[in-house]
Amino acid sequence: MTPRARLIGIAAAACLVAILLFLPLGLNTYGLFILSMWAVMSIAAMGLNLTLGYAGQVSLAQGAFVGIGAYTAALLTINGYSLALAFAAAALLCFAVGWLLGYPALRVQHHYLAFVTLAFSTLAYLVFRNEEWLTKGIYGISGVPRPAALGIDLAKPLPFYYFCLAILAVVVVAVWWLVKSPWGRAFVAIRENPLRARSLGVNTSRYTLLAFAIGSGLGGIAGALYAPLVEFVDPSPFTLLLSLNLLMMVIVGGSGYFAGPLLGAIIAVLLPEWLRAIQSYYLILYALLVMAILMWSPTGILGIADAWLERRRSIARSRALAEKTPTLASGEDA
Amino acid sequence: MKPVLEVEKLTKRFGGITAVDDVSFSVQEGEILGIIGPNGCGKSTLFNCILGQLQPSAGHVHVDGRNVTGSSPEALNALGVSRTFQLLQVFAQLSVHENLILAGQEHQGTMLRRLIGRRDAGLADAAAQMVRFFNLQHLADERAGALSFGQQKLLDCAMAFMSGPRLVLLDEPAGGVNLTMLKHLHGRLRAINEERRSTFVVIEHNMDFVMSLCSRVIVLAEGRKLAEGTPAQIRADQKVIAAYLGH
Amino acid sequence: MLNLVISGLATGSIYALVAVGFTLLWQTSQTINFAQGEFVMLPAFVVLAAMHAGLPFPMAILVGLVACVFVLGILFQRVLVAPMLKHGVLPLAVATMALSILMRESVKEFYSAEAQPFPSLLPDATVDVLGIAVSLQSVGVLVASVIAVTALQVFINRTSIGAQMQATAQNPTVARILGVPVERMILITFVINAVLVVLASLLVTPIYLAKFSSGEILGMAAFIAAIVGGFNQVRGAIAGGLLLGVVDNFAAAYLSAQYRTAVPLFILIAVILFRPQGLFGRSEERAV
Ligand SMILES: Nc1ncnc2c1ncn2[C@@H]1O[C@H](COP(=O)(O)OP(=O)(O)OP(=O)(O)O)[C@@H](O)[C@H]1O
Ligand SMILES: [Mg+2]
Repeated sequence: MTPRARLIGIAAAACLVAILLFLPLGLNTYGLFILSMWAVMSIAAMGLNLTLGYAGQVSLAQGAFVGIGAYTAALLTINGYSLALAFAAAALLCFAVGWLLGYPALRVQHHYLAFVTLAFSTLAYLVFRNEEWLTKGIYGISGVPRPAALGIDLAKPLPFYYFCLAILAVVVVAVWWLVKSPWGRAFVAIRENPLRARSLGVNTSRYTLLAFAIGSGLGGIAGALYAPLVEFVDPSPFTLLLSLNLLMMVIVGGSGYFAGPLLGAIIAVLLPEWLRAIQSYYLILYALLVMAILMWSPTGILGIADAWLERRRSIARSRALAEKTPTLASGEDA
Repeated sequence: MKPVLEVEKLTKRFGGITAVDDVSFSVQEGEILGIIGPNGCGKSTLFNCILGQLQPSAGHVHVDGRNVTGSSPEALNALGVSRTFQLLQVFAQLSVHENLILAGQEHQGTMLRRLIGRRDAGLADAAAQMVRFFNLQHLADERAGALSFGQQKLLDCAMAFMSGPRLVLLDEPAGGVNLTMLKHLHGRLRAINEERRSTFVVIEHNMDFVMSLCSRVIVLAEGRKLAEGTPAQIRADQKVIAAYLGH
Repeated sequence: MLNLVISGLATGSIYALVAVGFTLLWQTSQTINFAQGEFVMLPAFVVLAAMHAGLPFPMAILVGLVACVFVLGILFQRVLVAPMLKHGVLPLAVATMALSILMRESVKEFYSAEAQPFPSLLPDATVDVLGIAVSLQSVGVLVASVIAVTALQVFINRTSIGAQMQATAQNPTVARILGVPVERMILITFVINAVLVVLASLLVTPIYLAKFSSGEILGMAAFIAAIVGGFNQVRGAIAGGLLLGVVDNFAAAYLSAQYRTAVPLFILIAVILFRPQGLFGRSEERAV
């Protein structure tokens, strides 16, 4: 990252944090709910961005993992287990299932992989709907509690919102650490050139599975947050549509950019709510907006910013080169 | 002395064509072996079979006396065998510095260490050194994709050396590189060979480059080994001259 | 039993029409059209709207055909696909997802959220096939689809435009060098797809009614049919469609209603993992 890009990034992050901390003080219950939902979807989208954006493995199953996480958390907390345990169980279960779902990725790539994960997503929905003994079928599990965490009562919307924000912050820091670690580098290597990566000793199979498993685990965490937020879990939010929506968030925000999913989730979760003001046409407008953004910049919103910075940089570079002129005889070709 | 690499009756068929046909040779420690031959004679396929990118149809490959026939590329790399490809294979979106760290990181510590340990896997200094060694220091923070072709070619080579390999297979390192850069590359390879006693196998079309760099040269033609000897012997070989000049 | 097979083939032949279009788009321009189901849903509503405006049924069909060929064929290719093509498969696929939302919601908002009856081209009667009473609907659908698909096959394999289309699908760069007007061929493919979905719409809507959300199921079925048959082959898509229709019908008859829809998905996963080139496809050559 260039110093300028880093500066812009830090400034944007600071603004975002300030807004997220103080905006809710003026919001009603519904506003807080939507903002909390944004945090939930951001976590799920960050997971998908890890799998898709960084490691290049197309997955259309992230929605299913949010579902698995939500059901796991709902069933545990309703039976009196603690929220911490629910989170751990949801994350671990999704990590394990995600690891297994990663195996097809070792055999097939790109659109084929998209289709396998798409089928998985639909199958998961069928299980949520049909296994009534476990999930209560279409009636759903109601009365999911909001247990206290660390002795803080989360029952009210505002504390629960801050709880969502805290979880999001933890996830952001963890994912940041991950993508900057050698693992993150290996993920990018798999995306860019698996052949070369293998010849450099990168165990692409293992890293591919890890990228799937960690991404799915984050989906599970998002689900574990979803259940107490909505206080009700039924199959209808976890259709294929949720997976497609999460994919849209990642691509529209900017796949492979760290902040892409956060931005994508703003557009997918918050924007429709603002558009609600102009009646029921909001989904139509939302769809048009997504298409417009992608047509303008297929690399997403952050892709636009990146291209702009890159252009400025190359101008600066050629200017610097022009000033130095002919004494540059170190042997490189121009 | 045990050879570092020993290739035994290696054969690779693609459907009807036999791209590599019963090729045997061995490479001693510290040697620079050249492989030359007309386009399509099976040089790259030979490398791919040795290094696990392709499964050989028949024959064996030994590294340090260990049978590694059909091993995966990452397993071979872990044994200290490293390579470059004929076509450029740098990671365009990563910086030069990151490319180099990536090239060595899997040889550092455990999987867990690579997650919770240092971001640079302790390779920042080694990468900086390598960058200077190949004269790329002013480009260390550039995206690899923004480099010129020749610079990327150098980076590609540099990456092959980051893990401190015993044996390096280079597929046309000089292909498409200009004259100044070529001399530079020649010097660097020589230096690494002498300083680290690394062993090289180099595929190259540029005769001057091969003949001045290598201590021994193998000539392939239509998948078969046509001749083997010192550069001087190869230059004088009538069969080789015939193969290159046409029938 | 035979009845199940025939009605299965009838449904399957509709899937096949849609799947063939889906495959064509992929072949000539790497478009994974997630809105393909909505493409089938829309023409019925255009026809209904035209009839609302007072046109007789046959005229309304004509209007629907022309409008849909323009919007779903030409406009879709020119406005959405062409500019995005060079940026890879994924952004375009996501854009078609957005398009599907747009189409679904627009129909819901501007026409109706309720299922609409749709006039049938055929009377509601039964005919005798090998001594068994089969609905005329099924037979009609089957015959119409067979004619359409055969016509398409003849067009692709026997005409020079068809040959140029194949060349475009195989290697656009080489095709361009050989003087094939690649852009026009791609456009023709999109027009063919539009015609196919209009036909599918006219055949399927009398059976399942016109509803804004009906594209979801159809799109998924076509999608699975295309992959099961071999994603890169028109013949495969036809076979895949028919197979899926029959399997669907048998699953409905013999399996619990709950997991009926799971059967095609399992077939899909199995095919991709163990025969990624599709049951009827050739394997794609892959260089190291
Ligand atoms: N994956 C493959 N499938 C089928 N044939 C192949 C494949 N790879 C290589 N070949 C064939 O094997 C032969 C040898 O190819 P190879 O790339 O090894 O030649 P080369 O000696 O490296 O040539 P060059 O000097 O041009 O790089 C060629 O005839 C080529 O067409
Ligand atoms: Mg070669």
